[in-house]
Amino acid sequence: MNVYINQVPHALATGATLADAVALVQARPPFAAAVNLQFVPNSQYAQTPLQSDDRIDIITPVTGG
Amino acid sequence: MSDSTRTAPAADPLVLYGHTFASRLMLGTSRYPSPSVLEAAVRLAKPAMLTASLRRQNVSDPNTSNRFWEMLRALDVPVLPNTAGCHSVQEVITTAHMAREVFATPWIKLELIGDDYTLQPDTLNLVEAASRLIKDGFLVLPYCTEDLVVCQRLVDAGCQAIMPWAAPIGTGKGPINPYALQMLRERLSVPMIVDAGLGRPSHACQVMEWGFDGVLLNTAVALAQDPVAMAGAFAHATQAGRDAYRSGAMSEQHAAQPSTPVLGTPFWHQA
Repeated sequence: MNVYINQVPHALATGATLADAVALVQARPPFAAAVNLQFVPNSQYAQTPLQSDDRIDIITPVTGG
Repeated sequence: MSDSTRTAPAADPLVLYGHTFASRLMLGTSRYPSPSVLEAAVRLAKPAMLTASLRRQNVSDPNTSNRFWEMLRALDVPVLPNTAGCHSVQEVITTAHMAREVFATPWIKLELIGDDYTLQPDTLNLVEAASRLIKDGFLVLPYCTEDLVVCQRLVDAGCQAIMPWAAPIGTGKGPINPYALQMLRERLSVPMIVDAGLGRPSHACQVMEWGFDGVLLNTAVALAQDPVAMAGAFAHATQAGRDAYRSGAMSEQHAAQPSTPVLGTPFWHQA
């Protein structure tokens, strides 16, 4: 199935979880993740199944005002 | 008065949600010429909090955000994550939860933008966003306009402090609506941090003299020719304004009044 990670299309196996998506892009801590604009705690990545066309955001700290 | 007889000023910390801060200056971390300049500015100004944000980046890049993250940890200044760039309540809620996990803090600077040109807050939805965040356990510092009713509704929703703007973000115009800001200070008793639009230390001093509890700024320091020196200037100005507010300024007089005693003046009207 195809999902979007930070707006970039990626292929994942059917039944993949958010943990698989995070591993696919080799995200390095610190980061946080959301699926379809819903926050997912890092303790729940492996229990969060993904669907085709899901939009995953993985964000990291940056400077801010 | 000799130094030995001077009375030490009473402790006057900034208190937000029961947390005490020695400084009344908050600094943003963006737009500095380099990370080292940012670090030096923070070490000189000793702000109460530093704002930070979250963005999509190349999360697999080993250099991504690491330096900033390590600097934040080394500076050991409380972090105030923001929800900058959010245009809906749901975006705010999601971003806030992500920030809480990344930065391990319940503090959140609530930014909900209603107009991209002025970066004016979406005041119609700000109260709902604040209310939901408070129910979720966040310590919410909402970036808002100086509108009295909006600010009152934010307080009613549970905000124990609010952050009205002085002027649109990054303009450096200083307080463009002094009447409304001063009326706001007069009407509401919660701590208020003037956030955005300050350009000069005199602006910070001015709003502090009006009784505001602190200032939050970024661009005025970051884009100064010497950001480190300017950070120090803002720290002094903020404290000077606070000291002046607590000291009670004299009443303005219509006519001149000599400060040197007139009685005994030599050659008085002899010419």
